[in-house]
Amino acid sequence: MDAFAMNGYGAYVWSCYGLALVVVLFVDWRARLRQKRVYRDIEVRIKALEDH
Amino acid sequence: MWKFFHQLASPPHFYRLAAVFSPWLAAPGIALIAYGAYAGLFLAPMDYQQKDAFRIIYVHVPAAYLSLMAYMILAVSGGIGLIWRIKLAHAVAAAAAPLGAAFTFLALMTGSIWGRPMWGTWWEWGDPRMTSELILLFLYFGYMALRSAIDDTAKADKASAVLALVGVVNVVIVHFSVEWWSSLHQGQTVFKKGTMDADMRIPLFAMLIGFTLLFGSLLLRRVRTEVLFRERRTRWVREMIVSPEGN
Repeated sequence: MDAFAMNGYGAYVWSCYGLALVVVLFVDWRARLRQKRVYRDIEVRIKALEDH
Repeated sequence: MWKFFHQLASPPHFYRLAAVFSPWLAAPGIALIAYGAYAGLFLAPMDYQQKDAFRIIYVHVPAAYLSLMAYMILAVSGGIGLIWRIKLAHAVAAAAAPLGAAFTFLALMTGSIWGRPMWGTWWEWGDPRMTSELILLFLYFGYMALRSAIDDTAKADKASAVLALVGVVNVVIVHFSVEWWSSLHQGQTVFKKGTMDADMRIPLFAMLIGFTLLFGSLLLRRVRTEVLFRERRTRWVREMIVSPEGN
């Protein structure tokens, strides 16, 4: 438990590491989301061209 | 040599090359971050002045370093795009901005959390390092807002590149602020000899390299998407999407 309490600084230390994880996961999720959107838009565009 | 760079600047070539390199940067990056975080949290000895609060350094310093590095990538790419009119350079700049903003936000937040137990305050407006880092975040926001406000990609590229180049002044201020002015923020310690014990320094280097590799992987992925978006009307993109081996 001492390792997690960090001599009274646990809340500060762990919140920083948690925040870092959240930011990295968010950045990764945004990159995937944008990639999916761009890919889907191009697919729709190609389909529209073929249907034409 | 020039042939290699010429090929690299070709969007289809870069798109394929980035797909190969991105996971090879991410895997060692994540491994180094995992080691650095574990060693930083549990193995590194406690600081005699800051006690365990010093362990915030292992996320704060890489975030702060990446916030500056991302801006330099953004500005240099913007400059290359302006001078040599290389389309890929503008794509790199556009892809670097959200990443830079995210790491600047992380640096500010972790700095603020660290400041509370050490300085007794979450924020100090009179501190040049904190204020200039906040200006850096606003520069990223301004850069992204400018890009999205202009529909014409070529015009957006030029205008945002000029803004990025002007903003380099702030990067210099962020870096040297602790030397130029009296500041709450401590001066350079990471690369100064004798300021950190090896047991503290090694996890920090692991985190710095790990975060840089992860940043590189994320940047390559974002540049790929940016290239795809910009080249969406071209034949190679159509052929790639239609073909079963796709992306």
